Amino acid sequence: MLKLSCIHIPHNKNTEKCSITDIPLPDKVKIPMSMHMGAPCNPLVKVGDEVAVGQKIGDSDEFFSVPIHSGVSGKVIALSDYKLANGNVCKAVEIECDGVQTKAADITPPIITDKASFIKAVRESGLVGLGGAGFPTHIKLNPKSDVDCLVVNGAECEPFITADDRIMIEYANDVVEGLSYVAKYLDISKIIIGIENNKPEAIKILTEKTASDKRFEIKALPSAYPQGGEKVLIYNCTGRIIKEGQLPADEGVIVMNVSTAAQLNTYIRTGMPLVSRILTVDGDIIKKKANLRVPIGTPVSHVLKYCECETDKLNKLIMGGPMMGATAYDIEQPVTKTNNAVLAMNKVKSDKESPCIRCGRCLRACPFNLMPTEIEKAFRCRDIEKLKSLKVMLCMNCGCCTYVCPSKRKLAETNQLAKMIIPRN
Amino acid sequence: MLKVSASPHITGNMTTQKIMLLVIIALLPSLLTGIIMFGLKALILSVVCIVGCVAMEAVCRIIMKRQQTAADLSAALTGTLLAMNLPPDLPVWQALIGCFVAIVIVKQLFGGLGQNFANPAIVARIVLMLSFTSNMTTWSATRFMSESDAVTGATPLISGNASYIDLLIGNTKGCIGEVCAIGLIIGGIFLIVAKIISPAAPLAFIGSVAALEFIVGNDPIYHILSGGLLLGAFFMATDYVTTPITAKGKLIFGLGCGIITFVIREYGGYPEGVSFSILLMNIVTPYIDSFTAPKIIGAVKTEKEAKK
Repeated sequence: MLKLSCIHIPHNKNTEKCSITDIPLPDKVKIPMSMHMGAPCNPLVKVGDEVAVGQKIGDSDEFFSVPIHSGVSGKVIALSDYKLANGNVCKAVEIECDGVQTKAADITPPIITDKASFIKAVRESGLVGLGGAGFPTHIKLNPKSDVDCLVVNGAECEPFITADDRIMIEYANDVVEGLSYVAKYLDISKIIIGIENNKPEAIKILTEKTASDKRFEIKALPSAYPQGGEKVLIYNCTGRIIKEGQLPADEGVIVMNVSTAAQLNTYIRTGMPLVSRILTVDGDIIKKKANLRVPIGTPVSHVLKYCECETDKLNKLIMGGPMMGATAYDIEQPVTKTNNAVLAMNKVKSDKESPCIRCGRCLRACPFNLMPTEIEKAFRCRDIEKLKSLKVMLCMNCGCCTYVCPSKRKLAETNQLAKMIIPRN
Repeated sequence: MLKVSASPHITGNMTTQKIMLLVIIALLPSLLTGIIMFGLKALILSVVCIVGCVAMEAVCRIIMKRQQTAADLSAALTGTLLAMNLPPDLPVWQALIGCFVAIVIVKQLFGGLGQNFANPAIVARIVLMLSFTSNMTTWSATRFMSESDAVTGATPLISGNASYIDLLIGNTKGCIGEVCAIGLIIGGIFLIVAKIISPAAPLAFIGSVAALEFIVGNDPIYHILSGGLLLGAFFMATDYVTTPITAKGKLIFGLGCGIITFVIREYGGYPEGVSFSILLMNIVTPYIDSFTAPKIIGAVKTEKEAKK
């Protein structure tokens, strides 16, 4: 069988022994109405309204959207404009916490009888893919084609992040039960949980928990980046190749993150929607490295303060992993549904770009055999036909090419720019 | 102020400068043996080539008002390779002309590092060979040769009478960096183990020469150890800029070099064909690259491609 290329990078899993703990409540939260793929929500609350934990504060009539709930109880103090990483502006609900954490009255476990009520419940849970991409879960779980295999992403191949690892260890029951629900209502007979072999404890626990269930297979994968990339994981777990323009469901596969599965089960069990998330806090200026459960909308500054970050030395704040995470421009930015880590960095390499020497390392690093250096040349000439034939649209922005480039060229970034200039049909 | 940039936020430790340094280190066993064998004149020639190349690179970049690149060690590597491709008795001024051809004409006029279509050291050697043929084919004896040998004469590739041991340790007539086969093999293996070069091109190159020489009834081992084959195969047929970027392309490149070298050695007017073979294959490199592009995983043919 063909082996996809990968790269070996330092794991830096400093927090793998840090149990998940709750962070003390912040004074206020700021919940953006757009945190992931899909239409932005419209705020359902007004300034001055009292909100409770789990109360729906934003929703949209669009099909491709997910409601948003409050993770704190308190008073809405503002509906402000919030600038997203892509430059767009959306509304954000700012809530002053009262510290009581009153639960909303309507928090009761959903009644699920069939697939339709299951999908409806998934939407009401506010769930999106928690691995980082943030694809609305209720749409993913309602595919147009027949699906026979559920691939579960427990790879966590990004350096530093251990949130999924801890969830698999501490919430193994939720993970397994959540997946069982999905398999039951979508009539899926095979569940493969792919975990990198640098998480032996998670592999052991999940293997024990699923031993009696024939549908489950726990697959220990080599610790090689980007093992957790959706298409890479599907190929390494099932041998199926997702082609250009296809969704995994077209090949009969659905991919779900372990944390999404655990959160789904929490909702089905308790009725509490997605109002907080678990994230890893690490970095060279974080004294108290930790895995924390943080209410959505909590300012990153609050998280950093709790983890005793030397904020005056902060040069780069990464929301997510170092390979694919986005940098924050402001430490007051809120934690969103798709954040799985906060990395505060003092040491930042300032690489100087030099000419391409055609060493071919980027070709050999690309999991899909793309030719980043050729894409870069075609992009510089704005040669759209050439870019199409080089299949730049297949790039998943894993960053392997930039990582290995000895000339320190920003190849992955260029790939994303190249994708932008190709007209969509 | 927070630094905002696109991902990834970490990068590997390999740099262009480090690659060049490792290749220079890999060349040292052979170069130092050559200097020991031929003495002070070889040392002077080597220093002149390296300093000449770096200085010309620096001056070029200043005149062209471009970013200074003399420190990236690529010019130093070219100088080292050029010195190793020269006979020890070559006059210094001719070596400087070689530096000029390599750095100014072949490299900088085409845009500097990464833009040259042919290997600068190879072109410089060929230009010197055609311009100063007698100097470039005058071979002096090593210090360990007996008095009867100590006259200038043919290289072992032509005379065909050197022992394997002499060829291995470099006690033969030839270019400064070509004589010590064992040094070149050590350097080549070092680069392969350090993952700086792929073994595809050197193995295809050496293998095809050996196989073809064996078929026509020559001693393949003698042909591997003598002449410029090892230097060319390990250090010049693996130059990143001027050889194919794909794995398959590297094999084809090596095979092509081997066949052309064999044809020139056996049937051509020149005693040695390694430089010419590499230059000719340098020229077809873009074509090799275009038809050996790796199969993209998950690619669907566009309508246009399907028509073809």
